[in-house]
Amino acid sequence: MKRKAYYARKIKRAAQLLFYKRHMKPGVKGWELKNALGSDYPKILKVLDNHLKKLDLQVKTVFEGEEPKEKPTLEELNRARFFVTLRGGLPSKDAKMMGWRIDDIAGLAVAISYIISKRGKAPREDVEDMLRSKLPGWRVEMNLNRYIKAGYLAEDENKMLYLDWRTRAEVDQKELVDLLLGTES
Amino acid sequence: MSTKEKKHSSERLQRVIELCKSVETRGVDPFAVDVDDIIATLNKCFPDWESPEELSLDAEAVQYLASVIQNQGNWVKQRSTSLYTDPFLLEEKLQRLNKEELVTLFTKVWNPVIELEQLSIPSLTGAMKYWNDLAPIDERWTRNVPMQVAAGATTREELIKQRILAEKTFFEELEAFWTELKQKVGENEKIDYWDFVGADTYNETLDRAYMTSFLVTYGYATLELRPLEEEIFIKPFTKPRSELADKRMVSVPISVSHKEWMRWKEGKQI
Repeated sequence: MKRKAYYARKIKRAAQLLFYKRHMKPGVKGWELKNALGSDYPKILKVLDNHLKKLDLQVKTVFEGEEPKEKPTLEELNRARFFVTLRGGLPSKDAKMMGWRIDDIAGLAVAISYIISKRGKAPREDVEDMLRSKLPGWRVEMNLNRYIKAGYLAEDENKMLYLDWRTRAEVDQKELVDLLLGTES
Repeated sequence: MSTKEKKHSSERLQRVIELCKSVETRGVDPFAVDVDDIIATLNKCFPDWESPEELSLDAEAVQYLASVIQNQGNWVKQRSTSLYTDPFLLEEKLQRLNKEELVTLFTKVWNPVIELEQLSIPSLTGAMKYWNDLAPIDERWTRNVPMQVAAGATTREELIKQRILAEKTFFEELEAFWTELKQKVGENEKIDYWDFVGADTYNETLDRAYMTSFLVTYGYATLELRPLEEEIFIKPFTKPRSELADKRMVSVPISVSHKEWMRWKEGKQI
């Protein structure tokens, strides 16, 4: 009973930490969870994830750099960032509720897919050309800046675009490519 | 190799560097670079390079070539993963899909982060308290116009009174402190650190500890440490030793906390 109460308290605390925005970026670093919940925080997150399943939500882990091929070590988890995201996608009509126009989401989908197809990085100019084929010029620049600000894309000093932390947290890249290739031309 | 040939080879290396750079910065296909051919050229030219500029150009070319090879490695790695897809095919698909189709497809794989921002009663209370304590903006932003005072003459005594000038220079004070140390030590050669530094008030004790640190640093005295007995003694020199500054100095941290001072004072009373 005592053990159950301990976990219930820890799960509640983990939910508060993960749901409420505490920094500029959403989510919590593994080491912050370790400080707040103790070193068995991966276990607590697993239980929380099971609770969230019923609500179609999930605890998502985004590792620093590439995702480890095998079971991540505690050190890798401490450096990773944890988020709560939707589990099973979003009906497209609901996307409007998030304050995004259909053009914005389509532009984001194109930018992300294009960068994936170019092995993770592409010149900004090329992405702009791609978007300009269907969006007015003024909106292309504004949208790309918005995607960068939101953390979907990152840009380096050579004007190369990369996929940033939010894409890694929110988008199933493999599934996106599979769906795109599976569409009938 | 003639000067003309050297110039030609140098230009070739410059072109190689530019090509390698474009792989890095503009995403050019790394396999467009013929690595074998470039290595052969570098091998051929290397024995003739003499000046540091030529050798540095050669090293730069090798470095950029290495980054191209790394990019080729990454390309192969990416291609062998399940995420690889033909960019042209994907680009063509993207061009053909309309906005609605793209959005429908994207939202299937898009799981946005859930984040909440919400006011709580404690944060509201804190904010209200801050607001109540906050002075009005016209009060906070008023500029204090400096009072105009007519210039006049002052005396040294007046400046000392206002604590702008010190009564004695620092070294005069230090010398006086050294004399006091020598007097207190007398025939014994040394004195217990706390017996010298300790004073009736804690503030005065801190002042004396501060001056003592300068006595030791500037070679007027030295410290004798007995770690096992936890005792520290100060030994004054008969003449300041300037040669100490040339030797390797060691810092000795001594805690002069209020607790230590109280303990010393109580011990003294006993």
